[in-house]
Amino acid sequence: MSILLSEDFTFIVQGITGREAVNLTRECLDYGSKVVGGVTPGRKGREVHGVPVFDTVEQAVADHGEPIDGSVVTVPPGFTKDAVFEAIENGIKLIVVVTERIPRRDVAEMVELANLRDARIIGPNCLGLIAPGVCKMGGIGGPAKDAAKAYEPGPIGVMSRSGGMTTEISSSLTAAGLGVSTAVSIGGDAIIGSTYAELMPLFEADDQTKAIVIYTEPGGRMEAELVDWREANGSRLPIVAFMAGKFMDDEEMQGMSFGHAGTIVEGKEDSATEKIARLEAAGIPVVERIDEIPDRVKDALGVPA
Amino acid sequence: MRFYEYESRRIVERAGIPVTEYGFCTTAAEAREAAKRIGGPTVIKSQVLTGGRMKAGGVKFADSPEEAEAHAAAILELEIGGHMPVGVLVDPKAEVSQEYYAAVLWDGRAKRPMMLFSDMGGIDIEQVAEEHPDHVGRGHLSNLHPISDFQAKQVVAAVGMTGSELNRATAVLARLARLQRDYDMTLAEINPLARLEDGSFVALDAHMELEDEAVPRQRKALDEIGITSDEPRELYEPSEFERNVKAIDGADHRGVIQGKDHGFEGNLGLVIGAGGGSLTLTDAVRSQGGKPANYAEIGGNPSVSKSKGLAMEVLKKDGVEKIAVMMSIVSNTRVDIVARGVIKACLELGKDPAETIAVFRIPGAWEEEGAKILSKYGIEFRDRSTSMWEAAGEAVEKIQGAAA
Repeated sequence: MSILLSEDFTFIVQGITGREAVNLTRECLDYGSKVVGGVTPGRKGREVHGVPVFDTVEQAVADHGEPIDGSVVTVPPGFTKDAVFEAIENGIKLIVVVTERIPRRDVAEMVELANLRDARIIGPNCLGLIAPGVCKMGGIGGPAKDAAKAYEPGPIGVMSRSGGMTTEISSSLTAAGLGVSTAVSIGGDAIIGSTYAELMPLFEADDQTKAIVIYTEPGGRMEAELVDWREANGSRLPIVAFMAGKFMDDEEMQGMSFGHAGTIVEGKEDSATEKIARLEAAGIPVVERIDEIPDRVKDALGVPA
Repeated sequence: MRFYEYESRRIVERAGIPVTEYGFCTTAAEAREAAKRIGGPTVIKSQVLTGGRMKAGGVKFADSPEEAEAHAAAILELEIGGHMPVGVLVDPKAEVSQEYYAAVLWDGRAKRPMMLFSDMGGIDIEQVAEEHPDHVGRGHLSNLHPISDFQAKQVVAAVGMTGSELNRATAVLARLARLQRDYDMTLAEINPLARLEDGSFVALDAHMELEDEAVPRQRKALDEIGITSDEPRELYEPSEFERNVKAIDGADHRGVIQGKDHGFEGNLGLVIGAGGGSLTLTDAVRSQGGKPANYAEIGGNPSVSKSKGLAMEVLKKDGVEKIAVMMSIVSNTRVDIVARGVIKACLELGKDPAETIAVFRIPGAWEEEGAKILSKYGIEFRDRSTSMWEAAGEAVEKIQGAAA
């Protein structure tokens, strides 16, 4: 098993005729993913690597003849909200938003509509997700042969705020003989569709997953949310964390300051050091060296290193 | 994007929230006229994008237009925290019966905006929330539904307000909520919101922050407020290195490079990428005793000239002895192109690439081609079997070995 994806998982690519989208489509097809259509308004009738292009998501669904599971959205920031709404209103339940620099209000609107329709958004500003050997949805891991090299099936669930580091970490897990159940590039923005805590129940319910690795950065309160979730729900899954960007704690770096009012709403914004302390206090080890991750995971699983 | 106080005032005013009569002035003579128009005692405030104005002497009280003029003349010449003011704001010294606090901002966890209201305004709201939680009303807003006045009313009523005060404060908070949404503000705050002797409510001071990502779609509104340029309004002045890297990035659409050196003073130049990889590598260099000369990001398959451009700017920085070229596993950035770029940068500056490049670790696409080019110049290629931590350590060791 894996989370969110399966062998039969079907998806479309919105914005499929864009340069990056054409590459991503090729990579996903080569990996064996079922890309059943693409949408670019005004380009109906074309093909991208054999995938039919439509003007609307509705046409893509009609052509497929049954509901489509997912969509990868790679349209410019000003058009993203509309594209995501279109996907949701046409019954698509898993939407990966690749686009960067989308204003927060638009993201919040997408997420709220997704919640109303029982759909899920991954991203924005992410590379998608991959269930090794099963399905690759998005640019994650790059070309199929590179993705296969970095990602082998295994018991570790990976969630990362950095797309590139998702693959770096997964590659080290693969090299150590552990492998990955599902790796999700969750996106680095202030508001994202699926946080660590929101994905945890899925990993929890997945038989294949035996442990979790998270990669995190300064900013936001997602670690606090994860800690709260674990305290409230309990979990069979050990978590190993890595925190990048500790240098930003230094005074001379003048990190982003979030005013007092933000503190009241969401609690104090943690520095990198405080995030580490918070995670460790909750029994989630935070490794200093990126290359310590596989051994710490083996520790947690009780497997000899 | 941050705003000067007078700009925030204009934004609040546009949203239909009452403000006192005020004047934004760029000369002392204008300040005198503004004080005359306002009548009575006034406050003259320096317009700078930095805190600590009061302490620095950037806020002064005047009893007459002449005094206002004299204070304005002094304040316009006064540098505060390295910033010269863009003008002064002349405000009446208002007769306030009570001060309130109103704000609308993002709750990232709930993924919705939240309204805040307090009848204890003018002081640190964090302290109020801690010591008098019953004096802070809160309420989330939907992102999809129109904002209704009753939602603001509930928040105001939650602190125990009633009568005409409730109704007047409700109107202000509801308008502030619409302002926050319509203008893509990450923070829209009025503090203090004042009730004057005559019972009317006015925003005495407002603090607005517009999300950078939304600046393009707010262009028209910004023009109308009088903000016509995309001047960066950074917390500090960009350095020559930062400006140059930005210019190189802007001149070529292929790939993305970024460079920052604010707060960095080391001898090891970093040509690293991207996002999360850069954060990880910068930490790894510092944790192993290295002194980075800069922060950088490179990715998205940059051209040879762009890679060369970043490497040259890093190498030209004072004190830089060697550079470390490192990335996390890449899928779409061509290792061979980055290799050619950084080698070219060394050669053009008359430096031996083998001496100058302390380590080169970019595993991923086209790594065989990259390895070939590097070995031609005597540089060893590090693939994914060398971890990011180890690569950073190697660079630190080389530069410290060279210094010893």
